[in-house]
Amino acid sequence: MGTFDGKRGLVFGVANKNSIAWGIAQALADEGAELGFSYAGDFLQKRVTPLAESVGSSFIEECDVTNDAAIDELFAKVGDHYGGLDFLVHSIAFAPREDLGGRFVDTSREGFRVALDVSCYSLVALAKRAVPLMPQGGSMLAMTYYGAEKVTPNYNVMGVAKAALEATIRYLAWDLGKEQVRVNAISAGPIKTLASAGVSGFRKSLGYVGSVAPMGNVTQADVGNAARFLLGDWAQKVTGEVVYVDGGYNIMGAPDMDSLEG
Amino acid sequence: MSTTFEQVRDIIVDQLDVDPDEVTENAKFKEDLDADSLDLVELIMSFEEEFGGEISDEQAQEIETVGDVVRHLEAQAV
Ligand SMILES: NC(=O)c1ccc[n+]([C@@H]2O[C@H](COP(=O)([O-])OP(=O)(O)OC[C@H]3O[C@@H](n4cnc5c(N)ncnc54)[C@H](O)[C@@H]3O)[C@@H](O)[C@H]2O)c1
Repeated sequence: MGTFDGKRGLVFGVANKNSIAWGIAQALADEGAELGFSYAGDFLQKRVTPLAESVGSSFIEECDVTNDAAIDELFAKVGDHYGGLDFLVHSIAFAPREDLGGRFVDTSREGFRVALDVSCYSLVALAKRAVPLMPQGGSMLAMTYYGAEKVTPNYNVMGVAKAALEATIRYLAWDLGKEQVRVNAISAGPIKTLASAGVSGFRKSLGYVGSVAPMGNVTQADVGNAARFLLGDWAQKVTGEVVYVDGGYNIMGAPDMDSLEG
Repeated sequence: MSTTFEQVRDIIVDQLDVDPDEVTENAKFKEDLDADSLDLVELIMSFEEEFGGEISDEQAQEIETVGDVVRHLEAQAV
């Protein structure tokens, strides 16, 4: 018995067991949700399949979210398989490595385009296809980071993409509210994953944020717990929000001086 | 106490699903252990977690064999 019994959802962004999407998937499976998984690239199949099967998933499909035809094909399969959907998890981001460090002013046109396409537009593209499968309403969740709001050196073009994603959350929430579809984001504190390992100096920032945040660093399970709320019925009229799961980092104006050396 | 090599071997066996006998000092990750580039990134994350040190991108680029990892970790553990 769980609060997601009978609910069907599609999870984008599991790459391996460290993926935030996997933390979310485990939390929802715990609540009884029926989960389908979509991953990017054949090389991930051997990683995603055993994880998905461990939560009893019967829908595991490849899809590159920069390819509209591939997304159409995926959602046709979702329709055939589930008939409808109750929720969608978007836990996808990408930027070329050269653009995740160094001077922001050096960001390339192509890096900018790719970062915004994969990390932001993809939510619009997925939402468009998911809504028709949610005739009784539904809920969507995306992942963002504080670097959208405040400058986080090295996060660079991804900060810009996340700012666009957070604005996209609000516009989608407005537009899809008519259909009783809610759209929210979780702004998570740094967690070591494949994606974050690509950001220069990530380890240092993980340590710094952990030392400043009142409750220290967060885990994939912490994000999963917030996802249970935001995607579930308890959050019935919560939409267009960015909810922090960051140990309280964003409320701090200065680190605790006693914890600083020197 | 197990040696660095044994600890490294156990992580590799666990993650790449290979036979312990295949994991020798001279075994090459890509050629002999059939690891793709994502496997390598994941392995490096596991080594860092287990040994607490850091393996930079540049250092990671140079890692070819199991012995390379062991030598790197041992050089750091002083
Ligand atoms: N790890 C952190 O510190 C952190 C903090 C806040 C927010 N986030 C966000 O959480 C989300 C998940 O990242 P993660 O840290 O779990 O890393 P991850 O590497 O496990 O997940 C990123 C996922 O994006 C997928 N992806 C990339 N390009 C794609 C494409 N073209 N089509 C489909 N999928 C594609 C990858 O396959 C991968 O599964 C991202 O949006 C990330 O920005 C991460």
